[in-house]
Parts: sequence; structure tokens; C-alpha cells
Amino acid sequence: MHELSLATAMVEQLEEILTREGGTRIVRIALRLGAMSGVDRDAFEFAFPEAAGGTPAEGAVLVIEEVPLALSCRRCGHCATTEEPIMICPACGFMEVDVVQGREFTVTSMEVL
Amino acid sequence: MCEDCGCREGNERVFSDKEHSHEHAHRHGDVVHTHAHPHEHAHEHAHDHTHEHVHEHSHAPRTVAVEMGVLERNDRQAAENHAWLAARGVVAVNLISSPGSGKTLLLEKTLDALRDKVSCAVITGDQQTDNDARRMMGRGAKVVQIETRSACHLNAEQVRDRLSEVVDEGVKLLFIENVGNLVCPAAFELGEDRRVVLLSVTEGEDKPLKYPVAFYSAGTVVLTKTDLLPHLDFNMDACRSAIRKVHPDARIIELSARTGQGMDAWLDWLRRLV
Repeated sequence: MHELSLATAMVEQLEEILTREGGTRIVRIALRLGAMSGVDRDAFEFAFPEAAGGTPAEGAVLVIEEVPLALSCRRCGHCATTEEPIMICPACGFMEVDVVQGREFTVTSMEVL
Repeated sequence: MCEDCGCREGNERVFSDKEHSHEHAHRHGDVVHTHAHPHEHAHEHAHDHTHEHVHEHSHAPRTVAVEMGVLERNDRQAAENHAWLAARGVVAVNLISSPGSGKTLLLEKTLDALRDKVSCAVITGDQQTDNDARRMMGRGAKVVQIETRSACHLNAEQVRDRLSEVVDEGVKLLFIENVGNLVCPAAFELGEDRRVVLLSVTEGEDKPLKYPVAFYSAGTVVLTKTDLLPHLDFNMDACRSAIRKVHPDARIIELSARTGQGMDAWLDWLRRLV
């Protein structure tokens, strides 16, 4: 379960931003979690209180937006989200597609006091 | 009306918030009554203080835009590792697989084959023991073991801490044998040039679809233990198809480190990297 490492890294990085912003507490953290990020939502939510305990992020609410995988075909240009982690254009079967979204695991914003 | 205080023989005064009262008794004709009335004190405090605060911060939460990858710090360190290695002409290969897929045996045989031909070094990660490091020693390459303890993957900082120790002058190829785990290591860049996922034929051909992040992130897939194929129902075509679905242009190498079958393709690929 690498989610504890990730939660700890997130809290440490957000603490730095909090200090720069002159805040004292983090009360809400908004994240985007891609289907192909390799991060399990439940495990991350389970790990977060452990990582945040005793830090300014203790008790913060996590607001996680799940981002589906989306592919763009290099041949036909078809662009769509997909449930399956299959890197083949669902429209024309071409095997060269670009991942438009779904790999990200980012903090988009936080609410601070 | 009481001349002393303006009351009407009773406690009928409405006191404003700022006033306060003491009870006192006084006489109206023959009637003694008790009531409260307001008066003012000069408040003398032994210390100076103000009753007004200047609040420079708000008690309402404010939103701070962040747009930060949670793995950003690791990725930055990985980029530094890569730059450090590139400056010395070292190519790094990160090997990821489930426990028991044959990473260590493949490296043992690889070190033997490249001995005196390509100068190699190895960083190997396990939760505990230096068994793997000991297995790979004595094969012409410097080997260091990282014991991650509770962690299920290597991260870029752990690799950075051992780089200067393991990479001697003249090293061309650095193998990083990750902790046996097909999930967690996939998320952590270490500064490698190439990522290799190993899949042993005892594991099942649909594993790439079950663990797509690892297989998507690796340009090369090594199918190991092919000497066992006669004893298994493993469908090689189905496995290749599953890999291609997740990573259409992945390089697929089939080999048995035990018998040596297929090792040439692997070694040729490595030699072309350096």
C-alpha cells in the first residue's frame, strides 16, 4: 500500500504551501484522481488521517474527483473516455492513442485558515 | 418615583447592556425596598490592553489554488537522479514485477553474461534481508541492498542516497531491482531510462489487464520461466494480446534465465542501450 507514502508526501508538500500562504490550518483538500494513476481511492482515504495526524492538515476533508481514462486516436482523432485500460482506439482499432486524462493524481486546491 | 434613582418603587428599570447594577436598599416613606440601579465605574486596570483586535486573517476558510502533482517531489528527485546518471554516461533500468517472477535470477545470469563486457551496478530493494544482494555479488558488479522496511516500493530519494556508492567510474548499466510488487512501484519514477516489467508464465496471461498501470508504464515486458511452459496451460498468444491491449508497442521478450533460452534477445537489447 503505497497510498500512505503518497498521503504523507502530499501533506508535507501542502504544509510548505500553507506556510508560504501564511495560513495555519488546512481544512479541505480537493484532488483529481485518474483511473490509471495507480492510486486506490479507498486506500488513500484510509491512509490520509494517519499521514495528517499532528499536522496542520489534521481533520481536513478530502474531496476527490475521479477522472476516467480518456484516449485520443492518432489516426482518426476519436477522443473518448473508456472504462477499460485498453490503449486501442475504440472507434477504429488503431493502436496509437494518446492518454488525454486519467493518469493524474493532483491536488487542485485547498481551503486554509 | 424615587428621587434617589428614578425608580417607581420597584425594580422596573431596564438596564442597557453597558450598565451594571448593585442591589441596595433605601426608603420610600415607611417602605424600605430593595432594587438595583445602574451606575458607572471607572475601570482601572492594572495593565493596559485594548478591547479591539485587529484581525489580519479571516476566520472564514479561503481557497488556495494548488495544481500540484502528489508525486511531484518524487518526480523532481527522479529527474535529478536521471541527470546525475546521464552526466556519467550511465543507463538505468528499473525492473518491476510481482514477488517471485524471477528478477534476481535474471539479474544473476545477466551479470554473468555481461561480465568484463559491460560494466554494471545493481541497486536491489526488498522489505527485509540482503539475500538478493548476496546472490548477485561476486559477478563483477557492485551491488547495494536497500531494505525498505515497511515500504512496498523504492522511491527516488532512496535511490539517490545510494547512487554515488554503487556507481563507480566506468559503470555503463545500472539495474534497479524494485521491491517485488506489481502495484506500488509503478507510481514511482526513480530516474530510470528504461522500465521493464517481468511476468512469469506461472502467473496467468491476463495479468497485464489486471495490473494495467505497471504494464502501461513499462516499454519492455519480459516473460520469464518459459522453460515451465510444457507443464502449464499458459496461453502465450493470449498473454501477448493482453500486453498489447495495455501497451500496444511494448517490446516483449520471452526467456528462461534458468536454461538460458531467449537470453540473447534480452542481452542484445541491454547492449544496445549502452
